[in-house]
Amino acid sequence: MLKIDNLHVRVDGKDILKGLSLHVRAGEVHAIMGPNGSGKSTLGHVLAGRPGYTVTAGTVEFMGQDIFALETEERAHLGLFLAYQYPVEIPGVSNMEFLKAAVDTLREKRGEPALDTVSFMKLARETCKQVDLDQSFLKRGVNEGFSGGEKKRNELMQMMMLQPRLAIMDETDSGLDIDALQVVATGVNSMRSAERSFILVTHYQRLLDYIEPDFVHVLAAGRIVKSGDKSLALELEDRGYAWLEDEVA
Amino acid sequence: MPDLMHHILDAASVAAPQWLNERQTAGRKAWAASALPTRKTEAWKYTSLHPLNGDFAVAEPSVASKAELGFEHPTLGGSKLVFVDGYLRADLSHMDLPEGVELIRFADADAEQAKQIKQQLGSVADPSGHLFTKFSDAALQDGIFLNVAANTQVAEPIHMVWLTSTREVAFTVNQRLLVVMGTNSRASLVEQFDSVGSGTAFTNGITELVLEAGAHLLHHRLHLEDGGAMHIGGVHVRLGRDSHLESFHLALGSDLKRIDVVINHAGPGAHSTLNGIYLLRGSEHVDYHTCIEHAVPHCTSDEIFRGVIGDRATAVFNGRIHIHPDAQKTNAKLSNRNLLTSANATINTKPELEIYADDVQCAHGATVAQLDPFMLHYMKTRGIDAEEAQTLLSYGFINEVVNTIRIDGLRNFLRPLLASRFATEPRQMRHMV
Repeated sequence: MLKIDNLHVRVDGKDILKGLSLHVRAGEVHAIMGPNGSGKSTLGHVLAGRPGYTVTAGTVEFMGQDIFALETEERAHLGLFLAYQYPVEIPGVSNMEFLKAAVDTLREKRGEPALDTVSFMKLARETCKQVDLDQSFLKRGVNEGFSGGEKKRNELMQMMMLQPRLAIMDETDSGLDIDALQVVATGVNSMRSAERSFILVTHYQRLLDYIEPDFVHVLAAGRIVKSGDKSLALELEDRGYAWLEDEVA
Repeated sequence: MPDLMHHILDAASVAAPQWLNERQTAGRKAWAASALPTRKTEAWKYTSLHPLNGDFAVAEPSVASKAELGFEHPTLGGSKLVFVDGYLRADLSHMDLPEGVELIRFADADAEQAKQIKQQLGSVADPSGHLFTKFSDAALQDGIFLNVAANTQVAEPIHMVWLTSTREVAFTVNQRLLVVMGTNSRASLVEQFDSVGSGTAFTNGITELVLEAGAHLLHHRLHLEDGGAMHIGGVHVRLGRDSHLESFHLALGSDLKRIDVVINHAGPGAHSTLNGIYLLRGSEHVDYHTCIEHAVPHCTSDEIFRGVIGDRATAVFNGRIHIHPDAQKTNAKLSNRNLLTSANATINTKPELEIYADDVQCAHGATVAQLDPFMLHYMKTRGIDAEEAQTLLSYGFINEVVNTIRIDGLRNFLRPLLASRFATEPRQMRHMV
């Protein structure tokens, strides 16, 4: 599904990713952990095509296509989804119309029949309930005045409605209390399937108590320095990241 | 004497009855004695009267049928007066006025009504301060007087439509409206200026609103004319003690639009909310000059204008707040935000504060911005294509102000109309209506 080979990315004249390789097959859940500043968020942004993120070397294939030959929206049409660590607030555009615009477009691009307004509203309300947000959030501006936790749950709601093939969750767990964390975990677990993959970018092992990953990778200084199964996350929790950085150096 | 449009005044017939005629004569004298603004005149610095050069005829009454006019307007439920090229069209109008409400033409006023009109007309829209109020007086032949008696509550909106049709020659329309809201009365009013076709026309529309003590008015002034349908006019308000005005303004661009809104807080405890939107594209021009006068203590005013300017269009917003020495405990707010959707679009925005009282609260701000690249990107990551994202974001910029409209029928009429100004094709606005 996703093949990243020797990816180098520069942001603001600074090399952030320096030879990152990662292969994700359908149905797998990968956790990427790492210290602050290791390039964890950069990976999600460059895959989503954010302006200002320059690829200086390497290749990324998503669903068999060169991802860098595609516009941001085309990547979404193919099934890529990035849950932002810090989603933007869009006053004046309601969550409902925003979701409808996205869902309609994606269904059209995927050759699925359009949802009529009533079915769409029903789906939106149900999903809203699943992520434990009040229905009033559907009428509010996208993320407008939402708390940090509400924004994370709103990202989760979007993911659940857009049904991506690959979801990258960028520190969706940070700043959440244990109840909210469980809401996120339940949401992600309910979406797991043989066709859908996840990349969980996180700083803490805690999330992985609730979402069991197939692989755990450690990102340090712009590349993956160690990979393992879920026991690696526990080891990191015990020992921190310093020993790995020493090992790499 | 200004050369401009002298032939209009020459052609304008003598007004009847006599009191109107006297008013017109005085107006002509004042107009003849005044000079046209130049680019050095501060109030006209960014708006040229050049498009008014040329021959403008006085419109003859229109006989076009509704179908020939091809014009749709919202049905808001209450009384509706439709004027075509300045002439009242009874066949298109619908009167359903509750007791206590009079809606009459100046020329038809009885002695008592004429007395009231004479007393109020021009007492708010001061011709000495506004050139085109002077012009309105000079060309004055008729007008509409809306009189809401004390303690009268009018539930349904009163809707006035001034439609400019297309004629073979350029023509002019002089429109005048006087509204007197009696003590503790309540009503809502929609003034809609619109055009059909692609002709050249100039409307000078002056509205005066007088709110007596405790009166409550929801007022809307929509300038939907486009192309060669030009408009220079204004709304002049006097607010009595504890009266309450909510005034909503909208201008779509045309070759030339200049609207002055002057709100005089003349009685303690008066409140005004002034909200406005201007949307321009092509080479259109819109100029809003607003002036909030606080003459007495304990009044509040809250003003928000938003503009979206595209292509090579030019917009002007001048927001003045004038707090007189006696106007202690005033709370006045003004915000003007602009979105430029093209590198060649222009906005000249200027807040203008004159504060002579020391115990007041006054907040103001003006911003000019472009679409936020991160917002656009975020929408694209959800699969929304770039054009639709731009349409949603541009509309989102004014949505908050549109939502202040309390008349559902009006809001529902305006939403798709406004959305269509941003979309280059209908599919981009399919999620907004």
